[in-house]
Amino acid sequence: MSGVFVGMPAFPKNAAKAVQNSQLRFNLRKATHTIRGKRAAVVGELDDWAELRQAGKTIKDHTLRNLDRYLVELEEKVTAAGGVVHWARDAAEANRIVARLVKDTGETEVVKVKSMATMEIGLNEALAEEGIEAFETDLAELIVQLGDDFPSHILVPAIHRNRAEIRELFLKKMAGAPKDLTDEPRALAEAARLYLRKRFLEAKVAISGANFMIAETGTLVVLESEGNGRMCLTLPKTLISVVGIEKLLPTWQDLEVFLQLLPRSSTGERMNPYTSMWTGATEGQEFHLVLLDNGRTSVLADKVGRQALRCIRCSACLNVCPVYERAGGHAYGSVYPGPIGAILTPQLRGMDSELDRSLPYASSLCGACYEVCPVAIDIPSVLVDLRAKARHPRTERAGMAAAGWVFERSKRLAKAQRFGGRMRRLVPKRLPGPLSAWTDTRDMPEIPAESFRDWWIREGGTAGRRPAVPPDGNLPQESRKS
Amino acid sequence: MSGAAREVILRRIRSAVEGAPEAEIVRGYRGATGEPGDVELFAERVRDYKAIVHVVPRAEVASTLARITEGRVLAVPAGFPSDMYAPSEGEPDGVVSTCAVAIAETGTIVLDAGPGQGTRAQTLIPDYHLCVVRDDQIVPNVPDAIARLDATRPLTWISGPSATSDIELNRVEGVHGPRTLEVVIAIG
Repeated sequence: MSGVFVGMPAFPKNAAKAVQNSQLRFNLRKATHTIRGKRAAVVGELDDWAELRQAGKTIKDHTLRNLDRYLVELEEKVTAAGGVVHWARDAAEANRIVARLVKDTGETEVVKVKSMATMEIGLNEALAEEGIEAFETDLAELIVQLGDDFPSHILVPAIHRNRAEIRELFLKKMAGAPKDLTDEPRALAEAARLYLRKRFLEAKVAISGANFMIAETGTLVVLESEGNGRMCLTLPKTLISVVGIEKLLPTWQDLEVFLQLLPRSSTGERMNPYTSMWTGATEGQEFHLVLLDNGRTSVLADKVGRQALRCIRCSACLNVCPVYERAGGHAYGSVYPGPIGAILTPQLRGMDSELDRSLPYASSLCGACYEVCPVAIDIPSVLVDLRAKARHPRTERAGMAAAGWVFERSKRLAKAQRFGGRMRRLVPKRLPGPLSAWTDTRDMPEIPAESFRDWWIREGGTAGRRPAVPPDGNLPQESRKS
Repeated sequence: MSGAAREVILRRIRSAVEGAPEAEIVRGYRGATGEPGDVELFAERVRDYKAIVHVVPRAEVASTLARITEGRVLAVPAGFPSDMYAPSEGEPDGVVSTCAVAIAETGTIVLDAGPGQGTRAQTLIPDYHLCVVRDDQIVPNVPDAIARLDATRPLTWISGPSATSDIELNRVEGVHGPRTLEVVIAIG
């Protein structure tokens, strides 16, 4: 993955800072609770939701199992329909391909439809280095781009900004924004409409991602709301789509499942305003498809973690996550925040950095994300698996080794418990040095004067044997009294 | 270069899934019904998106179009029935079209660039889109629509006017696509 967020500290530090920002917490709480309610209502309308979810899961699993075969089929169909297919092993290769394609057209400006894949590979920055300016056309992406900011949500990247902040930003950074601009969402949307209209009509090259690709027909599918997607996909002469290899579906019929799962999970609507579908070069356009690996095949090799590749980027898991709601998207240091980001980012990037190793811990394992996931990704299980795989700090490993040694023999445990019981008045409320990281957010457990085993023996039980229970099933009086 | 990348990616995939069990697809959901869609439900669901909807007998479509487009000049794509709408002189400020399929459950209209629907740009750039839907084009649900459509045609699925939820997740109608969507459903 790209270096957009390189050098960020680990999640706990970012989160600790973010929760101090009461404006951010207010914005996030309001937005996530609104969307949660909308999603629940429209999902509740479909009495076959569980079956759709199972179909979504099994279609994705089947595709991933046969990904090589379906990618080759897709390539054949796109090529037959006049499109050109390119393959990119990593971000750098994808960026090189796109930059070359744009340069071949002679243009130095491109318009973009919101795309997670191009954000993941840092395409805008790479194009800028080649002297090509990329204009984001999705309203939220525009807000992020004008503010020189980072996205904080998959669906609504500017969710951390409220209307007053957006108005300020437009007045400061958007050329031609009306002086009397109010903070009404309608007025703000109108300002963006006027700002971008000329760009749409003049653009010669557009860059998009895709929500789905159909192997059987070579069709690409983009779901959106504003119409900026339709503008970019239909008006410019050259269209370049950068799509992760896991976005594939085998057949046209499979789309009937995902066109029900995605809008309801994502924006909480029965259907999003606009969906565009095209096959190869359409209505006189030139069409290039860049198939992106960038770590996906290594995720695919992991038996537990590969289910993350089912993800259709709906963001329902973000909206229900108690950690995301408080920490916000930036704390995750990735274009993929929230619960899905916590399992996707460390797998795509590897766990070399402190930040990426900390992400599997950015969860209370409550499981709300699994419950709402339209393709049934068991996020808590993957989190636990990644926690086991992450390299742990030396003090933690030493502590765990010591605990393991003590627990190995019951005599060692008994000795340790007696020692602890005698020393209990000397145990500080806060631990010193690096161990303070533990007690900063937790109380030290009360150490009892006597262990349960010692009490058991003292009360007349015998080691390894149960005390006699009378026929009425009640324990002897003195035991109950204690 | 791309050729090498292709081989590397395909090889990586094959080694990643080697030995993994085959995954069967389970389809327990409601599939295509093949039945006609509910006109009332369709009208109600399109209205939910804040589009304007008229349900009129087939014989009254032309007079309805004449009434609601008074004061407007609409662009007319090739193949639009000439007995339904005759544009007056002047610069068009909107577009009228037919559609390929409509979905009752989701209130969706699908255009496939067939007769009367024009190119994708023709129904996108104007600020006003008027769409005529025949009742026999309405299907009950998404699987029915998929079954009726040809994937290789350029398809545009439209559910209400252009909208955004990017500011505090409030839905606001009207960004880049047509800000007004008006639908005339012809019955009988």
